[in-house]
Amino acid sequence: MTGTRYTMRAWLMMLPLLAIMTAVIGWPLADTIRLSFTDAKLVGTAGTWVGFGNYVAMLTNDRFLSTLATTTWFAAASVFMEMVLGVATALLLNQNFRGRTLLRALLILPWALPTVVNATLWRLIYNPQYGALNAALTQLGLAESYQSFLGQPSSALAALIVADTWKNFPLVALIALAALQAVPKEINSAALVDGAGVFSRFRYVTLPYLAGPLMVALVLRTIEAFKVFDIIWVMTRGGPANSTRTLSILVYQEAFSFQRAGSGASLALMIALIVTVLATAYALLIRKAAGSAC
Amino acid sequence: MMKTTRRLLLGAALATVAFAGHAHAETTLNALFMAQAAYSEDDVRNMTAEFTKANPDIKVNIEFVPYDGLHDKTVLAQGSGGGYDVVLFDVIWPAEFATNNVLVDISDRITEEMKNGVLPGAWTTVQYNGKSYGMPWILDTKYLFYNKEILEKAGISNPPATWAELAEQAKTIKEKGLLEHPIVWSWAQAEAAICDYTTLLSAYQGTFLDEAGKPTFQTGGGLEALKYMVDLYASGLANPNSKEFLEEDVRGVFQNGEAAFALNWTYMYNLANAGDDSKVAGKVGVVAAPGVEGKSEVSAVNGSMGLGITTTSQHPDEAWKYIVHMTSQGVQNQYAKLSLPIWASSYSDPAVTAGQEELIAAAEKGLAAMYPRPTTPKYQEMSAALQQAIQEALLGTSSPEDALKAAAENSGL
Amino acid sequence: MENRSVGQSILIYACAILLALFILAPVVWLFVMSISPAAQLTAKPLEWWPETIDWSRYRFLLSSTDNSAGQAFTAALANSLTVAGISTLAALAVAVPAAWAVSRTPAVGWSLTVVIMTYMLPPVALAVPLYMGLAEFRLLNSVYGLALVYLSILAPFTTWLMKSGLDGIPTEIEAAATMDGASLFQTLRSITLPLAAPVIATSALFAFLLAWDEFFYALLFTSDQRAKTLTVAIADLAGGRVTDYGLIATAGVIAAIPPVLFGSILQRALISGLTSGGVKG
Repeated sequence: MTGTRYTMRAWLMMLPLLAIMTAVIGWPLADTIRLSFTDAKLVGTAGTWVGFGNYVAMLTNDRFLSTLATTTWFAAASVFMEMVLGVATALLLNQNFRGRTLLRALLILPWALPTVVNATLWRLIYNPQYGALNAALTQLGLAESYQSFLGQPSSALAALIVADTWKNFPLVALIALAALQAVPKEINSAALVDGAGVFSRFRYVTLPYLAGPLMVALVLRTIEAFKVFDIIWVMTRGGPANSTRTLSILVYQEAFSFQRAGSGASLALMIALIVTVLATAYALLIRKAAGSAC
Repeated sequence: MMKTTRRLLLGAALATVAFAGHAHAETTLNALFMAQAAYSEDDVRNMTAEFTKANPDIKVNIEFVPYDGLHDKTVLAQGSGGGYDVVLFDVIWPAEFATNNVLVDISDRITEEMKNGVLPGAWTTVQYNGKSYGMPWILDTKYLFYNKEILEKAGISNPPATWAELAEQAKTIKEKGLLEHPIVWSWAQAEAAICDYTTLLSAYQGTFLDEAGKPTFQTGGGLEALKYMVDLYASGLANPNSKEFLEEDVRGVFQNGEAAFALNWTYMYNLANAGDDSKVAGKVGVVAAPGVEGKSEVSAVNGSMGLGITTTSQHPDEAWKYIVHMTSQGVQNQYAKLSLPIWASSYSDPAVTAGQEELIAAAEKGLAAMYPRPTTPKYQEMSAALQQAIQEALLGTSSPEDALKAAAENSGL
Repeated sequence: MENRSVGQSILIYACAILLALFILAPVVWLFVMSISPAAQLTAKPLEWWPETIDWSRYRFLLSSTDNSAGQAFTAALANSLTVAGISTLAALAVAVPAAWAVSRTPAVGWSLTVVIMTYMLPPVALAVPLYMGLAEFRLLNSVYGLALVYLSILAPFTTWLMKSGLDGIPTEIEAAATMDGASLFQTLRSITLPLAAPVIATSALFAFLLAWDEFFYALLFTSDQRAKTLTVAIADLAGGRVTDYGLIATAGVIAAIPPVLFGSILQRALISGLTSGGVKG
């Protein structure tokens, strides 16, 4: 629909959304941007202008760089596992077998569990003194004694990734399943008749249909993984020895614990910038993938 | 003439109305407490109910938050210009709060009676630069708890008087096969670890900062304290899961009979010795934390908390009234099972000591030896750096010397 | 017709069982913890099924006696339902017109992109200005204040989802209705929205789960029973004086029930909502 009348009407319909966003997010965002250029100490005071001082200090700070590495590793690993598990699950559920509907219904469970509950649950499972995982491993003879999963830097991040993946892979699975069910059966049958094996069928028939929706899931999950806070906060607070400290936790530490509101604001905006670049990169990839699909 | 009379009458009428109005005007106080800080939530509510009964024109809204929330919300509320009138604050915050104008200087409101009646060691909880920013309310330190039954089985007749003796006794218990890891600590990456560290640092006569405010914990007593912790950890005498534990986890393990020794706050005594869910009820002994031969008799960390008035409070007088009530000797004596009173004479009061004589005896030594953590507005940063150092040293990724040196550099001081 | 070999069938069923175990194990354990006596949860070796089933914790948390932990928890449950409900409905109300506008009039699309970009910022960044703003309007510790904040989180995402879904509904149908003399409102109501029902259901589910899940803002912006939500209540429980893990587990089970219920009801709509173009990219 084109034409000024339609455009005016469209703007009018956008008004509630735009009004809410400007009021609730716009002004705090502007304030955060302003703060990032100051050395505002106590939450709420103005502080003096320092230009890009905060940004420079952050970029050359070891703490920031190691936290960035941790966050990237967490995001890459969880998103990768969620995608693989999600697609595999969707492929499975796309087959016809008894109990399929029940299994599909069960898929909701991890996703519907609130993050705080999920984090607490896994924290209890990983408990080094009484946890269920330790009990299972020792009773099955797979481990000699109780291990500390969240207390060793080598395993803490992995343990967190497992907990995060468990909760989020159903989302990817559901998106992929919906996409799979849109694949026209005729093409699949035609490929079969032509003698295509399982793998080539997947690659040339199924994958093009999956590509678009999967990219969307990829973007969503990556953004979330980079911003992650709740699950880490509840499970390890960023420890042990700050080995699971992610960028959001660093922002919290700067702004709230160390009272450096300006520095915290600059860090937060940097995170937003990184995430935006990633999301844009993905979006461009989607266009390309969609362009080359069918 | 008439005009003046009318004015006088009007003035009198207004004055009467004002007085009458004042008598019926209800003030609402907003108080911020920490959930389960020594006293239970019920205790705090009951104490407050007594206050509102005696002061029907004052209403008190109580909010309970976890430890981090206590700091964050106090600061946030201050920035937004309103919110809380009375806040509970940790002993490590007056420096920060005073510098950032969060709490009111109430030095003038403290009466002679208070100055003389309250334990001298309690006042450091609320002081910074010679001024007082609240009333001490929870007087707390970490004591050494021990399982009498296990010690007996190991043939140990008395709890240890020095940290070296503690390690010895733990070794005996371990060698006799009674427990794999006899000592449990709260060494998670949190303030709890700093409290344990401070106890040891004070035993070894270490210091945190010098007069110029520069770090000194990386040498002398501070270094020896960390070395002690690392040795205990490496030898298996300390439960290796300690590096994930907070105070409640320590209580859980100790109550389950899986530890012979534990360092914890006052509140654990009655819960572990008399609680329904405790497997070691009646077997819990408590003494002041040990000292180091030639350096100290006992050691203790100042883990107290105080009640203060916020600078943004609209009702500082009513807030002070509330604080005076909560910290009064009567109230403190009544609720002495999870936190001991700040008043010196309470310790000889049978109503307070009944059923916890051992704790009182330990308290008299411990409270007198309380060592403060540094009073600097930048405490949080120093604490964060130290927490990392302790974790790295325990995990073995860094030697105690290097870890503390790194902490000193990253402390922001 | 695809005929599976026996080997393939076995593989499929094996994978299905593995998947079921993977999904169910933690959830079932959560439930088992909630009904096991406290002493059993710290026993070694750990028993996998309690000797005596203990429902007392559910009674404890859902009680309504004054000043009990149960009253606080039940209040938190009610608050979560209220906040999530209000913000979801509001998000839908705001998203439908906006999504339709962007879908039918691409010229305004850039504003939606800008709005969605706000999603990139970590919540912790806006916490302080939001706190100040809410304090200014006396919306702290209020379900309405919290719902308003959540609305700003849910609206962009919901709009984007619905826009994608509406893209899949051909404009010819609407044009036909307009030619028959229907007003925009009538067209939307009787033609577009019914067709978009699966997408709307999907968006509602996503929005509700997002709101139900939120923790950080709820922690900072609420103070007591009048507005505290379930996530904060659980954090309080877990961080408090609890050596009884079963109590935390019970809170977790109760907190999981509404979203799971909501999810399973909308489950069918979810799949078809995603299929009808919700995520074509």
